[in-house]
Amino acid sequence: MSIFINKQTRLVVQGITGRDGSFHTKQMLEYGTQVVAGVTPGKGGQKFEAKVPVFNTMADAVAATNAGTSVIYVPAAFAASAIYEAADAGIKLIICITEGVPVLDMTKAMPFVRERGARLIGPNCPGLISPGQSKVGIIPGNICKPGKIGVVSRSGTLTYEIIHQLSTNGHGQSTCVGIGGDPIIGTNFIDCLQAFEQDPETAAVVMIGEIGGSDEQQAADFVRSKMKKPVVGFIAGQTAPPGRRMGHAGAIISGAGGTAAEKMQAFERAGISVMKRPADVVPLLKQRL
Amino acid sequence: MNLHEYQARDILRRYGIPVPEGEVAKTPAEVRTIAEKLARAGASGVVIKAQVHAGGRGKAGGVKLAKSPDEAEAVAAKILGMQIKGLTVHLVLVAPAAEIKTESYVGFIVDRVTQRPVLMVSPAGGIDIEEVAAKTPDKIHQLAIDPRFGLLPHQALAMGFKLYADVAQARAAAEVMQRLYATVYGVGASLVEINPLITNSAGAVVALDAKLVVDDNELDRHEEIAALRDSTAEDPSEVRAREAGLTFIKLEGKVGCCVNGAGLAMATMDLVKFYGGEPANFLDIGGSSNPQKVVAALQIITAEPAVRAILFNIFGGITRCDDVANGIVQATQAFPLKVPIVIRLTGTNEKEAVQILTKAGFQALTDMDEAVKQAVAKSKGGAAA
Repeated sequence: MSIFINKQTRLVVQGITGRDGSFHTKQMLEYGTQVVAGVTPGKGGQKFEAKVPVFNTMADAVAATNAGTSVIYVPAAFAASAIYEAADAGIKLIICITEGVPVLDMTKAMPFVRERGARLIGPNCPGLISPGQSKVGIIPGNICKPGKIGVVSRSGTLTYEIIHQLSTNGHGQSTCVGIGGDPIIGTNFIDCLQAFEQDPETAAVVMIGEIGGSDEQQAADFVRSKMKKPVVGFIAGQTAPPGRRMGHAGAIISGAGGTAAEKMQAFERAGISVMKRPADVVPLLKQRL
Repeated sequence: MNLHEYQARDILRRYGIPVPEGEVAKTPAEVRTIAEKLARAGASGVVIKAQVHAGGRGKAGGVKLAKSPDEAEAVAAKILGMQIKGLTVHLVLVAPAAEIKTESYVGFIVDRVTQRPVLMVSPAGGIDIEEVAAKTPDKIHQLAIDPRFGLLPHQALAMGFKLYADVAQARAAAEVMQRLYATVYGVGASLVEINPLITNSAGAVVALDAKLVVDDNELDRHEEIAALRDSTAEDPSEVRAREAGLTFIKLEGKVGCCVNGAGLAMATMDLVKFYGGEPANFLDIGGSSNPQKVVAALQIITAEPAVRAILFNIFGGITRCDDVANGIVQATQAFPLKVPIVIRLTGTNEKEAVQILTKAGFQALTDMDEAVKQAVAKSKGGAAA
């Protein structure tokens, strides 16, 4: 089992003919993801890699293929528009990989997505993968292995680092979700923790947070009050200076809140095993399983 | 991107918010000329304010009153060139001294939890709003705004009454709030503050100070705002990094870090500290193995004389480690290094990468902890532990 995506997931790629879109669509097809359609306005009627039909609009793509999931690789200026289009076409799971989406665009896109009953993952995220079943986004498939660990993270390569340590030490994953490094994101830690708690095939969860905001503290409260499965956590940015954006738009310590120390304390109080460094993930999981 | 106060005042004025006149100056003589002009227009004195991207300018001595053009020139000579939180003052704003009856706070932030713009007002203005929030939270009033409808007139008026009992003043404040809301979406602000919003002796509501932070992701669609960037007010190495397409933040330590991905970059800095070293910087080189980016990164890192060792930490996912290794070899041929370097690569094609680097005479590792330990040891001038 898995969360959010599985073997049955039927995917549309928004921006399939672009540089990033075409590269990652090939990778997803190689991994075995059911990429059933692509959308690039003006390129309707073409076939991507001689097999995936391309449409001008999301409405056409969904009508022809009955896809329920989409992934967005369009440039930042058009990303919000792509999110609206996907939600309007009846897509229920929208994954926005695009980095650099203006945060004010997201203040308007979020209520639109919610009212249509859709879930957005991202923006500015690596997407997700249910190893052996489906990959939507850019997480490298070769570092993942099927198994029982759920992974949820605000980061990209740091997540790969930890997945790699899990895989090479015999801990496969049920699903790995990158929720994104922006201040306003569609799916937060709690949404993923809740899904992992309900997924019978997930035995434990690894949660990777970072400085900025208070999503990790709220997630810690959720773990303490609602979760039975063990959780191992990491927070990046212990050495980050306050007031500076550490690459991710959301990774900034502002005012008194949002520091790594505060988040690690919240984790500890909630019974989450806290990694001091990425290499601690395997020994801590062994203790908790 | 942070704007200077004078730039923020210009933008607020353009959106119809009452802001007193004022001009910027680079020399004490220019300050004198402006002060003379303001005196002729009837000002009883002027205020001279350092234009730097730092809070607490007043406490640092960067904001002073002057009663005469003579005094203005003398005060300006002290403020221009002074250091505030490590930043040199190159520019001052000269504005007429205001008669202040009351001081309030009005601001908007984009709130992560409600995912909406939030209007914050407080009758306790003129001081740091975080101090008000900590000491007297009941004096801060907040309203999360539904961006589909904007700040509605009755909402703004209700917030106006939180500041003023007088209906004319409450209406004037409400007008300021609505115009400030229009500014937020108009320029793509992630934060805007008027602190203080004052009432003067005539009872008028006026914005005396302005702070505006624009979302970097908005700059492509707001060229006129992007053009306001003052690179002289930033660290030169950070300006260079931005021009090279790298994200770089300078710190105080000895271990220069070059990492792909922001989360891994932070985790690498944390691990340097864990093993007893201090990181010299945050640097995200992105997903690229482009040798030119590697050269730019190495030049920026080694421009800092405190750097004693360089640590590369690359996770090859889609990016192949052997490509990155070739990039490092080419880059260091073009730009020979004077400090020791420790390279760690793991993920796709890591074995090939280690071979390439070892052949070129580099120490290449696949274990992150081991690489960090060695870099820390080298930064202290010793052998690897």
